[in-house]
Amino acid sequence: MSGTARPHRWIDRERLGYGEICAAVADPIQRRGPGRAWIIAFLGVLPFVLATVIAIGAVLTVGIGLSGVNTTVVWGFSIANYVWWIGIGNAGTLISSMLLLTRQHWRASINRFAEAMTLFAAAIAGIFPIIHLGRPLYAYWLAPYPNTMDLWPQWRSALVWDFWAILSYLLFSLIFWFTGLLPDLATMRDRARSRIGRRFYGALALGWRGSARHWAVYESFHKAMAALAVPLVCSVHSIVGLDFAASLMPGWQESIFPPYFVVGAMYSGFAMVVVLAIFIRWGLKLQAVITPSHFDAMAKVMLFASVVMTLSYATEWFMGWYGGEHADRAVIAYFFTGDYRWLYYSLLFCNCLVPQALWFARVRLNFWALAIIAIVINLGMWLERILIVWNTLSHGHAVSLWRTYHVSVYDVVILIAPLGLFAFGFLVLARIFPIVSIHEVSQLAHDEGAARGGTA
Amino acid sequence: MSAPLLAEFDTPEALVRAMRLAQADGHRALDAFTPFPVPALTQAFAPPRNPVRPVMALAGFGAAAAMYALQWYSSVIAYPLNVGGRPLHSWPVFLLVPFEFGVLVAAIAGLVALFWTCGLPRLHHPLFAIPQFERASQDRFLLLVASKDADATALRESLERSGALLVAEMHP
Repeated sequence: MSGTARPHRWIDRERLGYGEICAAVADPIQRRGPGRAWIIAFLGVLPFVLATVIAIGAVLTVGIGLSGVNTTVVWGFSIANYVWWIGIGNAGTLISSMLLLTRQHWRASINRFAEAMTLFAAAIAGIFPIIHLGRPLYAYWLAPYPNTMDLWPQWRSALVWDFWAILSYLLFSLIFWFTGLLPDLATMRDRARSRIGRRFYGALALGWRGSARHWAVYESFHKAMAALAVPLVCSVHSIVGLDFAASLMPGWQESIFPPYFVVGAMYSGFAMVVVLAIFIRWGLKLQAVITPSHFDAMAKVMLFASVVMTLSYATEWFMGWYGGEHADRAVIAYFFTGDYRWLYYSLLFCNCLVPQALWFARVRLNFWALAIIAIVINLGMWLERILIVWNTLSHGHAVSLWRTYHVSVYDVVILIAPLGLFAFGFLVLARIFPIVSIHEVSQLAHDEGAARGGTA
Repeated sequence: MSAPLLAEFDTPEALVRAMRLAQADGHRALDAFTPFPVPALTQAFAPPRNPVRPVMALAGFGAAAAMYALQWYSSVIAYPLNVGGRPLHSWPVFLLVPFEFGVLVAAIAGLVALFWTCGLPRLHHPLFAIPQFERASQDRFLLLVASKDADATALRESLERSGALLVAEMHP
């Protein structure tokens, strides 16, 4: 782009040959050791991984009573965490596929770890409904299979929809991620010096040769997958939204929930990608391929999502009032004046007010500001999810049943510890697989004119 | 017939130029190996249609229809259960699971079709024996050409003139 200080918009280097791109992405994995920051981070997240395993083990052996749920507020942290994690998971595939379909070539440097983020987040999200079942050993009853009891799943149940949505989404994301990784695995195979490295990447690359015929088939498959991914992502989070919308509780019967959940997912997901991108750019020294323009573009998406979320909240209030139903109006009043009002005000502050700073280009280009805003958004989105659960259940139709939720230690552990598990997954992945797509960045460098021949 | 020649270039443009020249001379370009897709090469080598998308569509719609049929059979015939007076055949909510399942099966079928069409997994190939081939996944663009003559010297010279850095023979 002319007129800016930088020579290319999406490549922050005057000249970046194909060999340099390979080296920039692959060498931290294959030629250099993990480095001190990685080891410190790795040791730092291990206690969290352990805590996750213990907390999940505890609830699987002792039972759901460890959580703060009671007979009125029957859903709690598990459900909020589930919605939050699947929301983060949604953005990865959404970013990757939507930007591929709209030919936003800048996606090249962020799509790989956005897809990896999806994989880990969706896998973590899948744990929560199972531990929330109360009788997790019967989780397989959700699947239709011939059984001696002559029973079938209840297809009208939101739980069964969730089962299929998560299962399909997780496996689909795995296939999508692996397909994009395949040519890079071949690069890793060809650059590997050790026997183990050659065997490992060689086996995973499945003999990819980069033939023009392979590329043609690869491209038609990858684009078809992207075209399927967009409706899939929207449907997955719409189904999560339907868990709440297809009910009779006040505040849980709004037809706006599916689209509003999808935008919410995109919102928290982009915020998570921004946080990860800042860390990865710094940790793996990828300043040349993850440029300020990338952050600028992502910040604009977050700003847009923030405005849509604010409108959605306002619609929720308006419809509660306009519908005229007493219980609905009472729940909306409870948002602002009830037991959880301070959390609700924090939610509005985090999701609606703080991101408005992104209107200013100076904020969008300041990594510290961006990181803080992204974390605040994720906090706000978690508050939104827990309050959707708590407000309605604490203030239902029967006045005699009104109760509040009491957070247990176990709740806090299953909220915080999986973050460590997520970071653990990323740290391990960043040491094994290229965290930025080598072939797509090479293509970008070619198209932007930054490559200009090889390194020879 | 001599063995096909593998020529190495450092830009996709040089490769495309050399390919056009070789073809104009009557040689047969067999394939190209590049670190990323190059549209001109796709046009030159790939068949205009590949079975991936039809396979995905067939598998996806088929799986979705099968899943819908399963839902209908289980809730209308095998295990009719009256839930709050709702119809046994609740078609609007029966659309959700077939969609998810259809997309999943389409993805799996597409992956299988991709491997099938590309002949993968194939862990060894004669090309891997050529040392320069390992740069085809990094920073070099390779062209595989079969000479029209028994003696490939003319083709080799033509490739070298159009900027090939290295020309090697491929032995199967």
